[in-house]
Amino acid sequence: MIKSLKVLQNPLANSSYQLDILEHNPTHKHASFKEKVAGIGMLPLLAVGVEIFQVNMGKMCNQVCKHCHVDAGPDRKEVMTRDTMQLCLNVLANSPIKIVDLTGGAPELNPDFRWFVEQIKALGKHIIVRCNLTIILANKRFHDLPEFFKLHRIEVVSSLPSFTQDRTDKQRGDGVFEDSIKALQMLNAVGYGIADTGLTLNLVYNPAGAFLPPSQDALEKEYRFELMKKYNISFNKLFAITNMPISRYLDYLLTTGNYDKYMEKLIGAFNPAAVKNVMCRNTISVGWDGYLYDCDFNQMLDLKVTPATSQHLADFDLSALQNREIILKQHCYGCTAGAGSSCGGAVAD
Amino acid sequence: MADHYYNAEDLGKFGNIGEYQKEMADKFFSYYGEVFKDGALTAKEKSLIALAVAHAVQCPYCIDAYSSDAYEKGFSEAQMMEAVHVASAIKGGAVLVHGVQMMNKVKEISM
Repeated sequence: MIKSLKVLQNPLANSSYQLDILEHNPTHKHASFKEKVAGIGMLPLLAVGVEIFQVNMGKMCNQVCKHCHVDAGPDRKEVMTRDTMQLCLNVLANSPIKIVDLTGGAPELNPDFRWFVEQIKALGKHIIVRCNLTIILANKRFHDLPEFFKLHRIEVVSSLPSFTQDRTDKQRGDGVFEDSIKALQMLNAVGYGIADTGLTLNLVYNPAGAFLPPSQDALEKEYRFELMKKYNISFNKLFAITNMPISRYLDYLLTTGNYDKYMEKLIGAFNPAAVKNVMCRNTISVGWDGYLYDCDFNQMLDLKVTPATSQHLADFDLSALQNREIILKQHCYGCTAGAGSSCGGAVAD
Repeated sequence: MADHYYNAEDLGKFGNIGEYQKEMADKFFSYYGEVFKDGALTAKEKSLIALAVAHAVQCPYCIDAYSSDAYEKGFSEAQMMEAVHVASAIKGGAVLVHGVQMMNKVKEISM
């Protein structure tokens, strides 16, 4: 089993080291993201509200994907405690936020995952779970997850970087494609991704290499055709997401000599229209330890929300957070390239 | 002046040809962009055709560009290599079919 950067004691496990590469790249001077945003009159970039409460439930995962920005894996032990979940629930109970997005790692590996879902649902919130699919097959105790998701009308978002085995397994590990197909069939069997059931199953494509995603619409059509033809699988939408040049993907870019070219691709594809709709503007990201971030990527770089606002669940202040200044660094180019990228896919036409 | 004819960085400077003749360059790039849009053929299908043609015309810039583009659009390594074989078969066939012309000439002048 491949190990995490942290366990391997790779210097890239250190967020300061990553930021140093991104901000002061020794081999090539890249145009500043902040200057680009200033050039289109949008600096400081401000949040426009908090519509999505994204909770990273921990870094533990049954997979070790090569591009993972969390550096997640079976060897990561950081998981959210029930006390911290209770702080989330206190915030949610006292706010108009309607959407709770659960991610990880594999959020289902958190021992309090089901309890947390039930409590959030009791507050009347819509829940999204970023399910890696293989977790459903990983152990008998997870085989009923499709039924559990259905019971709570959870929106399931799952990564499938290709409708072919070779590309999927290259990125996510041997055997992942086969298990993912089985898991998708199990989700379809209870109604997920099937018309008129109201059970939403969205898929996520991200490139298995040093390149940007192609057209989301064209990919979605192709996925729909191929998955139905070969495996009788249906789904709702496909989100095309750009890989962020951080953590394990940064390691891949550096070790394969692709870093400078990839950054130039991102910068060359800078799309001002995507800046307006970047996800950090309507999302707050919560770390496993309760700290607050503008997005899951900033979270992995230890870039907390601006100190001018509350930085932890314990002193959550919605009024200060909903128009906060977003912390911007060079990796932010990943969300503004081409059609843009977010946890919900492309953000610009 | 470089001491070799091809330079990988020159691909990124393709747009600069407009510096010497803007109107024609603008028309070419506009046409080029139009050709590669989804139409009766998808943009993905056109990318694989471009990859094969790039090999047939032996343009290193085009091979670089369309190897990336075709892979990014989702073609597998095997599909891309088969496209190159199609180009190879046509080029090889184009040489061999002239063998008929050679035979015709030899038959014309021989006893």
